[in-house]
Amino acid sequence: MIRKIMTADQAVADINDGASVMVGGFLGTGTPEILMEALVRKGVKHLTIICNDGGLPAKDGRPARGVGKLLEQGMIDHLIASHVGMNPLVGQGMNDGSLKCTLIPQGTLAERIRAAGAGLGGVLTPTGVGTMIAEGKETLTINGKEYLLEMPMTADFALCRASECDDFGNFRCNLATKNFNGVMALAAETVVIASERIIKRGENHPDDFTIPGIFVDRIVGGEQPWLI
Amino acid sequence: MADLKARIAARTAKEFKDGDVANLGIGLPTMVANYIPEDVHIVLHSENGFIGLSEETEEGDEHPDVINSGGCFVRHTPEANFFDTAMSFSIVRGGHVDVTVLGAMEVDEHGNLANWIVPGKMVAGMGGAMDLVVGAKKVVISMLHTQKGKPKILKECTLPYTALGVVDMIITEMGVMEVTPEGILLTELHPDYSLEDIQAATGCELIVSPDLKAMEEA
Repeated sequence: MIRKIMTADQAVADINDGASVMVGGFLGTGTPEILMEALVRKGVKHLTIICNDGGLPAKDGRPARGVGKLLEQGMIDHLIASHVGMNPLVGQGMNDGSLKCTLIPQGTLAERIRAAGAGLGGVLTPTGVGTMIAEGKETLTINGKEYLLEMPMTADFALCRASECDDFGNFRCNLATKNFNGVMALAAETVVIASERIIKRGENHPDDFTIPGIFVDRIVGGEQPWLI
Repeated sequence: MADLKARIAARTAKEFKDGDVANLGIGLPTMVANYIPEDVHIVLHSENGFIGLSEETEEGDEHPDVINSGGCFVRHTPEANFFDTAMSFSIVRGGHVDVTVLGAMEVDEHGNLANWIVPGKMVAGMGGAMDLVVGAKKVVISMLHTQKGKPKILKECTLPYTALGVVDMIITEMGVMEVTPEGILLTELHPDYSLEDIQAATGCELIVSPDLKAMEEA
């Protein structure tokens, strides 16, 4: 039987300085917080992080959410995201030169990741035509409409969050925790999921899991519902 | 100011048809939901991954897995459906959103929009705005007419574009305007202002509709 279950620290043990890491979640919702905490414990530096946003900063005694945990430890050199306005640490890092931030339209970010995981050579999108986003990019006219060619985006690791999974790695993300978790699980070299609940394979109806376990290399239990 | 924003939101709410799928931006556009007429049922799209967005929750009533794209805990309607970001933006770019309402830093007479970056200032990022204005069937800009007295409706945008030629309609406290191939057509003027007032607050020449009406809020 294929065994993938391990601790959070084991699951991030080979994420080393300079690694590129996709992190699921949208302002923390759907981010595997226990894997963020494990990365902080490991103290890895110079990461390239691909995530929708910069998470949320620590506030009123509550800890930072999502990628915000890595930002407050100065672990990120390059953040590739679509919206960073909710975490002032991103702006501060850009101003003092410690952080490079690349902004990508949200739909384009999802499709570039999906393209990598789906074996596509790129994506043609009307989003960004005629704007700063188009600089240096090829445009194609198809049926009279202009499109930007956006390239696939992959990473060394993807850290995703599941609401429930089985011990093979088939998983489901409840409600608004889906966001980038599914596309990232296809696109990275090594995929780790942190799940709120792990059951034995075969216990659930196959329809209960929407993302196939073949993408998942490592499974960590113990994710909590985060109400912050 | 709050009254002016409520006026803009109330007028914007009249732009929806029963059954429309709509996406409302953060701030003033979100207020539009409070003014939708009772006989008009619209479905709100939340770009973080669902349709059937409802109001913000009260403290103690939050569901940890349900936020809106501004990060607030929210309720969802009985017809809600949740999906991933790829599906969310397939809905957006694929023309499945009937109306999107956003604010703007600048709009010009070609329907070009600038609302995501001021060079040299702190950058928040475009989020889903660039996709929304390119993909939605109708793009409505709901905003105060000027920024500290400076016109925001211009001949040409000066700030970096969010998208080109996408704006269909502009609703401000002073009036209602449509973007046409000839320029910006003023279709409604609020009774608090004269034609001279609104022209003076606008950075391009307004074409006054022969059917100019008084802007009604409700």
